[in-house]
Amino acid sequence: MGKIEWAMWANEQALASGLIYLTGGIVGVAGQFRGWQFAAFGVAAGVFVCLLEYPRSKRSKGTSVGRTGQYCFTVVVKAFGPLTRNYYVRAFIHAALCVPGGFMLATVLGCVCLGIASIIYLVAAIRGEHWEPILPRKPAQKPNVGSINKPPQNPPPRPPPETRRKRVEDLEGAAYDNAINVTADE
Amino acid sequence: MGNFAANEGLSIFVILVWLGINAYLFVNFYMAFLVDKWFYTRVLLGQALPWARAPAACLNFNCMLILLPVCRNLLSFLRGSIQCCSRTAARQLDRNITFHKLVAYMIAFHTAVHIVAHLFNFEYFMDAQLNRNSSLLTFKLSDIGNGDNASFLNPIRSNETNPTIVMFTTIAGLTGVAITLALILIITSSMEVIRRSYFEVFWYTHHLFVIFFIGLVFHGYGRIVRGQTNLKEHKLNVCAEHFEDWGTNSSCPDPTFAGNPPGTWKWVVGPMILYVCERLVRIYRSHQKVVITKVVMHPSKTLELQMKRKGFHMEVGQYVFIQCPSVSRLEWHPFTLTSAPEEDYFSAHIRIVGDWTEALYQACGGDKNETQEAWKLPKLAIDGPFGTASEDVFRYEVVMLVGAGIGVTPFASILKSVWYKRIQNNQDVFTKKIYFYWLCPETQAFEWFADLLQSLEGQMAERGVTDFLSYNIYLTRWKEAEAAHFRVHHEAENDPITGLKQKTLYGKPNWDNEFTNIASKHPGVKVGVFLCGPPQLGKSLEKQCLSHSEADVKFIFNKENF
Repeated sequence: MGKIEWAMWANEQALASGLIYLTGGIVGVAGQFRGWQFAAFGVAAGVFVCLLEYPRSKRSKGTSVGRTGQYCFTVVVKAFGPLTRNYYVRAFIHAALCVPGGFMLATVLGCVCLGIASIIYLVAAIRGEHWEPILPRKPAQKPNVGSINKPPQNPPPRPPPETRRKRVEDLEGAAYDNAINVTADE
Repeated sequence: MGNFAANEGLSIFVILVWLGINAYLFVNFYMAFLVDKWFYTRVLLGQALPWARAPAACLNFNCMLILLPVCRNLLSFLRGSIQCCSRTAARQLDRNITFHKLVAYMIAFHTAVHIVAHLFNFEYFMDAQLNRNSSLLTFKLSDIGNGDNASFLNPIRSNETNPTIVMFTTIAGLTGVAITLALILIITSSMEVIRRSYFEVFWYTHHLFVIFFIGLVFHGYGRIVRGQTNLKEHKLNVCAEHFEDWGTNSSCPDPTFAGNPPGTWKWVVGPMILYVCERLVRIYRSHQKVVITKVVMHPSKTLELQMKRKGFHMEVGQYVFIQCPSVSRLEWHPFTLTSAPEEDYFSAHIRIVGDWTEALYQACGGDKNETQEAWKLPKLAIDGPFGTASEDVFRYEVVMLVGAGIGVTPFASILKSVWYKRIQNNQDVFTKKIYFYWLCPETQAFEWFADLLQSLEGQMAERGVTDFLSYNIYLTRWKEAEAAHFRVHHEAENDPITGLKQKTLYGKPNWDNEFTNIASKHPGVKVGVFLCGPPQLGKSLEKQCLSHSEADVKFIFNKENF
């Protein structure tokens, strides 16, 4: 269990909680339940949590796979700097957002799930993790070797076939100078 | 198309049957709550009642099913029994985890419908208690049962409460919250990202299913969904209109209500017992003595373990689960078997990539230079073997085996087995020619497999049987410095990377050429093409098979999941 990045699981849990909070809120508002104001808050909080949690963080070790189309969300989340980078802040935000959900049955499940996500984020923050954006890698500067559209017109420089064929009778004569400089595989 | 039907037909049929049963249960239980017994309940709840009960029935069915695909040993026993009758049916049992996931998604879906419907139910029940107007039927119904507290209809008994409190004070509500939470935690930790990176989190959190099943069984004990019990005395067509006169008028006594006895346990008790047996079998198997006869450290961070266990019998291409109690008492990891059934031991090649494999390497004395004493080697437990035997390979006269990277592992078993069958047992093997393609991005991965190919090459040369196996190794990526080395050793007798007489080729194979070549060399036969590698390669091979299958030579693509 040593190498786990808790934030990854917290992220999945928070995204699921956002959806559940949102659904509970929609049901509460659409059904015009008592306390529908809490449900309306649940809708807004659910949407906010989903938007915040959709872009995955870059992993400190290993390859990171972003969710489909997360680039625009990454840019927005990144713009908030330390507020979104720090997981203590996230844990606090989730804890604060989940409280109003506890006042109405439709949003209770969203409240508890978001609370659990907040706890996992707290664990992640204590272990020193933070959010890193997954940005597309800039292609490395390729050395200018000319266009590759035109295939080479001439074959590569090689000694004629007679000299290339191995002549066991005359090993000395078979040796030739290689035109290209080669280095041994050290 | 025929290939597709042969490969996928049975799976699609099973899925359709499963969906059909779900639909049937849903509709059936929906209609069951539209009868007279539930008339007054529906006065309070409207259509939300059947909308809650129908997914509940589907949940019973799916929770029964979900434990079955993970009973590995039961499936393995079934596979052995079915295999003599139908290989396609046996192969379905290999897709058990896919089915487990499908059933899990269905459980999640039905849970969502069930919860939303019950949210409405709680709200309506509360409404009935709050609108305390005796001219409303809903209030009259809620008032029933105040005396003996047994024959009531509305489980919310007073107006000084709210749905949230009621939920936390009823058995159904508490168990419902607990099991839904367990389900959500199980699902979020089973996402592919988490599963592939942190298997421990996935595995330990998944054990919340114990809480899930216990809660599920007790979920109905409160009997809060109540139907009328005295339909004979209290006739609906006469009495429903005149609810003010109930009790006073002798022809219409108060309706009495009771809940159905809990029924979920009847659905899940069978699979629960089977699963308990499965875990007991796994514990028993883990105590069966497995002896490590040889440990080989390959340079490419690969550990080869040769083992023996009494009564172990395998087929080509199967896999086992290995547990090492000294490393971790709870983890079982799957590895493809790389030995042939004809050998007197079974072996697995384990790449060292994570915590568990690293610890296993240390336990086997990987970091020590001298050979380990046999008694110092760790105790192991083996579960298996599992997986459909890849015996299809032997049914073709000409075979193309394509393995990409580590996907070559099951082919080690196949190649060895074909060799043994052909040479040592003097059997007349149907398979006359094997074309083997190994695509690899780096040279390091060659080491142990190259040893195998070298020994096969040597044995073939000894017996003068050089045309049986034709193998082509493709190096798909290389560094500039390595390229220089290859250029210098271009003329060497043996390949500079693998040491084999067959030279390594660079880049990706030109499949068109390969297929055309093989088609021209073997007219009039069926060629089996087997792949273990990435799906894109599978797609391109499948296309090649279709385009090169002409009148006399047919390429049959086997999309086996090794």
